[in-house]
Amino acid sequence: MNAAPLLDVRDLRVELPLSRGTVHAVEGVSLTVGPGEAFGLVGESGCGKSMTLRAIMGLLPRPGQIVGGQVLFEGEDLVTASPGRLRQIRGGSIAMIFQEPMTALNPVMRVGDQIAEGPQVHLGLSRTAARQRALDLMRRVGIPDPVRRASAYPHELSGGLRQRIMIAIALSCDPQVILCDEPTTALDVTIQDQILKLLLNLRREFGVSVVFVTHDLAVVAETCERLAVMYAGQIVETGTVDEVFRAPRHPYTLGLLRSVPDFDSVQDSLSAIQGAPPDLVLPPPGCRFHPRCPFAQEDCISGEFPLRPLSAGRATACIHSDACAADVARSPVVVDV
Amino acid sequence: MTVAADTFVEAQIAEPRHGFRTRWYRTPAFVAGVIIVGTILTLAILAPVIAPYDPTKQDLQNILAKPSSAHWLGTDQLGRDVWSRMLYAARIDLRVGFLAVLLPFVIGTTLGAVAGYYGRFGDTLVSRIAEVVVAFPFFVLVIAMVFVLGPGTRNIYLAITVVGWVSYMRIIRGEVLVAKRQEYTLAAQAAGLSNPRIIVRHLLPNVITQAIVFAMSDIVLDILLIVTLGYLGLGIQPPTPDWGTMIADGQTFITVKWQLSTIPGVAVVITGLGLSLIGDGLADLLRPE
Amino acid sequence: MDMPAYVARRLLQMVPVVLGVTILVFFMIHLVPGDPARTMLGVHASPERVALLHKEWGLDKSLLVQYKLFMSRLIHGDLGNSLFYHVPARELIFDRLPVTLWLIGYGTGLSILIALPLAAIAASKRDAARDHVVRVVPLIGLGFPSFWVGIMLLLAFGLNMGRLFPVGGYGTGFAGHVRAMFLPALTVAIAISPILIRSLRASLLNVLESDYITTARSKGLPERHVLIRHALRNAVISTVTILGVNIGYLVGGTLVIEQVFALPGVGQLMINSIFQRDFPVVQGVTLAFAILVVIVYLITDIVHSMLDPRVRFE
Repeated sequence: MNAAPLLDVRDLRVELPLSRGTVHAVEGVSLTVGPGEAFGLVGESGCGKSMTLRAIMGLLPRPGQIVGGQVLFEGEDLVTASPGRLRQIRGGSIAMIFQEPMTALNPVMRVGDQIAEGPQVHLGLSRTAARQRALDLMRRVGIPDPVRRASAYPHELSGGLRQRIMIAIALSCDPQVILCDEPTTALDVTIQDQILKLLLNLRREFGVSVVFVTHDLAVVAETCERLAVMYAGQIVETGTVDEVFRAPRHPYTLGLLRSVPDFDSVQDSLSAIQGAPPDLVLPPPGCRFHPRCPFAQEDCISGEFPLRPLSAGRATACIHSDACAADVARSPVVVDV
Repeated sequence: MTVAADTFVEAQIAEPRHGFRTRWYRTPAFVAGVIIVGTILTLAILAPVIAPYDPTKQDLQNILAKPSSAHWLGTDQLGRDVWSRMLYAARIDLRVGFLAVLLPFVIGTTLGAVAGYYGRFGDTLVSRIAEVVVAFPFFVLVIAMVFVLGPGTRNIYLAITVVGWVSYMRIIRGEVLVAKRQEYTLAAQAAGLSNPRIIVRHLLPNVITQAIVFAMSDIVLDILLIVTLGYLGLGIQPPTPDWGTMIADGQTFITVKWQLSTIPGVAVVITGLGLSLIGDGLADLLRPE
Repeated sequence: MDMPAYVARRLLQMVPVVLGVTILVFFMIHLVPGDPARTMLGVHASPERVALLHKEWGLDKSLLVQYKLFMSRLIHGDLGNSLFYHVPARELIFDRLPVTLWLIGYGTGLSILIALPLAAIAASKRDAARDHVVRVVPLIGLGFPSFWVGIMLLLAFGLNMGRLFPVGGYGTGFAGHVRAMFLPALTVAIAISPILIRSLRASLLNVLESDYITTARSKGLPERHVLIRHALRNAVISTVTILGVNIGYLVGGTLVIEQVFALPGVGQLMINSIFQRDFPVVQGVTLAFAILVVIVYLITDIVHSMLDPRVRFE
């Protein structure tokens, strides 16, 4: 990955002021995505990965606010950009796919019109031209009989078809980056597979970068080249999928990998990470994972734990990452990559 | 299961509770409402003590008098002291308004809980009856019942009960339908607790808050109803003073002394405001974050 | 399922409700202990009148027979005769129906004109100053007795501002109606607005915070486009529903407002009949009101299903 990054997030911080306290949803997240790259952002629910995506688009739900950091897209900082400029970027340069297509599509508008809308506004296409483009896109994303389907309403389509519509919408203005927020979580397992393959193919065809946010390690393994693991609002490990999955260097990542059931061999017991994710209003001092960490030591309880580079493109926030490496050497992680 | 075992099991079941007691005084709307309603209630309760005159005592030498030190708000068309009448009207209107919500609350909540929890035939029956009742404009049905039963406070309670239970039933039923799918209900059922116990001890405390909040606005509605009935001559009968009859009486003299009709109305508005503030404040306080 | 099938299905669903309504209305006279006829006519009724009523209503026969009698007359549109005017109750009601319908329609229109803009202003920027200001309106407004509002309007506009608006009566001709009914309609509107503002604001907020609005914004569409092309249609749908739900309250309110402004409508008929102890008319009007509300619910449902494609496919 030698080209200049398309998307460069630096030390992003997002807060949600609630009545019970301020939730520090995203604390100093940095990541880079290059052109045509597939990047995964992994973590359990509530770790801040969706918030990160929303912050990149400037679409944080109330009362969320970006309180620090930069989001550089082709060198331009989106955090300080004007609303008009942000509007231009959305859809045209950066597009987003949401988790739940049933609620993310307008229920009273035909799906064909919803796909055609972006090109009309962003690319200035006429109604007919936009319509044509919509049909074309529907074909590309594998929707059979697009002419008939275009005049359907969202609730008349299956979950898989709806998600394909969302993908078509995302592609409609030729963006350079597509942010996917748990795109397959709400779908059946068989459909999941189809959608993932579709996204991969489209990435090759259109040359877009894709950022996958998910809690499902299998999805990341299948689709991404590089990934970052998030925990409690912070990134704890980065690297290529191969490196991270075969030789994790953060106890949380290790715990995640070990807790995935392996259907090919009989295990004595399922292992899970003990404890529960922390409250983001009052996170634990020091390393946020230390209360649940089997390798925790005295110096984990206080101080800051930014990412420390291990090698090119590989980093971890854990200061005792050798313990992880040793553990892996003893009992290797088996993952279907 | 023995009672002791039941209680032990229940102690294990975690349920969502609300931090009402710690927060109520920090909600300005609620506090303002309590102050307003508290003041009016106090005045109403103390009416026999603080009213300077008998509200029904006429003084035909001194009709439609202007406010003075002797008569703070002047006198009406029969020379009765307006301030005393206001106090006594508050007394009856508030009393009937508050009491009138009790039976609909109890009946509606019970029916709603049973209908929502057990479902099927009972639910269908109750819901159908509710649909029929709701087909009538609330006010029309109450008036019709008052006509049939005759005027007087007891019949007003009856009429309001027959018509008013529906809202509570729907609210509680809706809440119970959601609550019975929650984990604490499943846990209680898995522990073998009896259904009535589950409803009363576990579901009701969590769902009843919505009904209580609604009850506040229902009291306002009932006071408006009583006052309107009074205006039409179908409510509280003379000689007992009531804000509605006062407004009706005053309408004839509106060109001469407009305050006769205006002041009782303002009293209703202020009372309504206070109760609404309490209702809103309660809704804020009782809502989980 | 298409429109005519949907309408037919809704009509069918209404039948049990209408039936229930007739049963309730029928039972009104039997709610009272003792002789219903005597209670209706009052203590001083002459034995002849009581006997006449007995015969007319078949009070000596069983309840079921009486109900059948009642229903068979109802099917033929016979609501009984007014004891006071000695004409069919149906005639009296239909005579006065236009006034009440005018009041309902005019009042509803004005209420939307008042409530919708205010709710939109509040919802456009949640928790901002304008939102708080608008939210105060229902707080105070819910406590306003509708008839008192009418009297206050009379005071302000009818009596003091000269001949700007007449203080009573229905007026003649369309323009005359518009002018004469303005104050009563405004009263109706003011009475129902607090509830409307609250509900509309809540549903507008709901729409504005929906996922598909976020999607629309993520497409980079201009905010105005998002509001008009995406939010508006969904907002109109919920507005129709909210109006429909509150129509019962609105219709009931016209009753007393007709009294305030001396409008010769169905509500005034009911009040007068109550004092004249004219039971058949009271019963007839109650039934008429219920049917009216049920029809309005049906119309609301149909309009809703026309606007919302999801509804037909249940």
